[in-house]
Amino acid sequence: MSNTVIKVENLSKQYRLGQIGTGSLAHDINRWWHKVRGNEDPYLKVGEANDRASKGDSEYVWSLRDVNFEIKQGDAVGIIGRNGAGKSTLLKILSRTTAPTIGNIKIKGRVASLLEVGTGFHPELSGRENIFLNGAILGMTKVEIKKKFDEIVDFAGVERYIDTPVKRYSSGMYVRLAFGVAAHLEPEILIVDEVLAVGDAEFQKKALGKMQDVSKGQGRTVLFVSHNMGVVTQLCNSAILLNKGSVAYTGKSDLVVQKYLNLNLSGETYEAPQEKEFYIKKAQLVDEQGNVCSTFGTSNKIYLQFTIAKNIKKASAQLSCTIQNKTGDYLTTFVEDLDKWFNDANGSNEHTFQVLYPGDLLVPNYYAFRLAIFSGRAVYDLVEMICPFSVIDEGSSMAMYEGAGYGYFSTNHQFKQIL
Amino acid sequence: MSTFYKELEREPTMTETNTDKEHWDMIIQPKTSMLDLQLKEVWRYRDLIMLFVKRDFAAQVKQTVLGPVWHLIQPILTTAIFLFLFTGIAGIQTENVPSPMFYMAGITLWNYFSMALTSTANTFVTNAPIFGKVYFPRLVLPISIVISNLIKLAIQFGLVIAIMLYYGISGKYTFHFNSSLLLIPVVVFILAGLSLGLGIVISSLTTKYRDFTLLLAFGVQLGMYVSPIPYPLSIRPQGSMLRTLLDLNPITPLVEAFRYALFGHGTFTAGTLLYSAVFTVVVLFFGTIMFNKVEKSFMDTV
Repeated sequence: MSNTVIKVENLSKQYRLGQIGTGSLAHDINRWWHKVRGNEDPYLKVGEANDRASKGDSEYVWSLRDVNFEIKQGDAVGIIGRNGAGKSTLLKILSRTTAPTIGNIKIKGRVASLLEVGTGFHPELSGRENIFLNGAILGMTKVEIKKKFDEIVDFAGVERYIDTPVKRYSSGMYVRLAFGVAAHLEPEILIVDEVLAVGDAEFQKKALGKMQDVSKGQGRTVLFVSHNMGVVTQLCNSAILLNKGSVAYTGKSDLVVQKYLNLNLSGETYEAPQEKEFYIKKAQLVDEQGNVCSTFGTSNKIYLQFTIAKNIKKASAQLSCTIQNKTGDYLTTFVEDLDKWFNDANGSNEHTFQVLYPGDLLVPNYYAFRLAIFSGRAVYDLVEMICPFSVIDEGSSMAMYEGAGYGYFSTNHQFKQIL
Repeated sequence: MSTFYKELEREPTMTETNTDKEHWDMIIQPKTSMLDLQLKEVWRYRDLIMLFVKRDFAAQVKQTVLGPVWHLIQPILTTAIFLFLFTGIAGIQTENVPSPMFYMAGITLWNYFSMALTSTANTFVTNAPIFGKVYFPRLVLPISIVISNLIKLAIQFGLVIAIMLYYGISGKYTFHFNSSLLLIPVVVFILAGLSLGLGIVISSLTTKYRDFTLLLAFGVQLGMYVSPIPYPLSIRPQGSMLRTLLDLNPITPLVEAFRYALFGHGTFTAGTLLYSAVFTVVVLFFGTIMFNKVEKSFMDTV
């Protein structure tokens, strides 16, 4: 018996774009008619790769196309890829919230997914009641939950509040309790989708530690989806790179992360895949001469230009703009109020902005931007790792060490002999 | 390794197959056999069913002063309206049974059916956020809804008993209870099955075409008038159009049997009751097939 626990064979998933309902009846009837005559589904032949940036002709797209891979027991596997590469679809099929169109996945052992912690939490119920309810939703039996109960409460650190309705919890307590239940599931295969983005730093450390225990200590298999390449390299021993719905590369996690970065750093203009209420429509980097550019010398000024469009009546929002390093960590952020430009109460409007970053700010390395439009805790739009660019050495004394790592920022320092 | 296999022994496998040389616990694939009802898996999640029942009830009662008493107000008001309309204005005779008691019994039963049906029919649409994130047999939710509505039925049935006590003690009506009381659990069981069956059929259809939700609201309202709720079945002679319609309605024998068990008056036979039972089984069977077919892909269309 081999120790393969997940085997994915020819997995494909087709989605229909646009509005469901208009014309879908006609397609259903056509499909049914083909089936009655014993023919193949006519819509399986159409469809194209899910390249969201370019406008396609077909209403049908393949979110996943002929994906094949195997995962061995005890592996911690990172699944990486750009937005829309098919990561979430793969996870959804794995956690059985949607079925594949073609192909299959064979699994040994119990699968639990943490697509979003706190699923099924009811605000009126107490912490105790919610632990039982949430545990049962995630597939535990009552007896199992009882056994784990104290451990969960302890992990979440909410002992005092255990009989209080969770609507009175602070958001941190809420998340801790929810993650606590999920972390104590003890499935053979655990699927995690960026739940670590929540909670305070101390808790994040705890959660990461728990994940590490799960994969290393107990021989369980973990599938981890993240944009944070640093965490993927740190936590996972292997990784799968998805690109436009297909597996582009599999192997050791640090090698795959490197492939991903190369793929990402080819220089691109970001264009929103679809319209939203309030969103970043387009973004690009240009140099001093106004040419679209993705490579800058250390002394060059960097211009980030982006267009923001609003389609809702009334909205007050702020923009945050972050420089990220190649693993997705945030290096520096500023926040700007958008109200003075988007105060047209009745209709849609659209403005283009430019941010100027002075030269001699970043040292040679790879960077990208993260832009978000938000209002309080509500996020209208969030894009990460867009407009990737590199800063190259223009001949400093560090040049000969290119690749050794400069860090990120140049310090406006003074260096002199004082004695 | 050892814990891994121990877990496997304890957890029954989901979709077993031996076509492969290796043993897999689960195979995720586009379509399973139509007749695979996955009832075994639903049974495995029985704890979840009971927790959902508890949640539904607790969440409703919390932060209210009167709590479950609220469930009594609706049948009382409906009975009052019926007394005004059907006894007062239309002058319908209720088979020598005092009208308030007669209406209350019918309304209680109908309320159960309509509540259970409308809430199960919305299963997919209202629970899409949970369904989109985590897998459990979707049938768990409609089943829990049908059960949690039984609690409401029990509370409303208390009202029927109270009114029966009043008529019995004051001597205005003489009850002759016998073994036919055993019909009550049978009737409730069939009705629960029927509302579950119809509910999952409609919920399967609504995922793609919302038109059915609107149709249902209309249908439930109309349905009460082609069921012997505001009048006894015996009011129409055999052969009339309304009578044929009433006889075709699988709820008719249930309501009549229910009132017969309580008051000793009602028009039904073992045959008509069997008709309701068979109707229910057929609807449940096809409903489960449809539901299982839809649950695999509904997240893409809901």
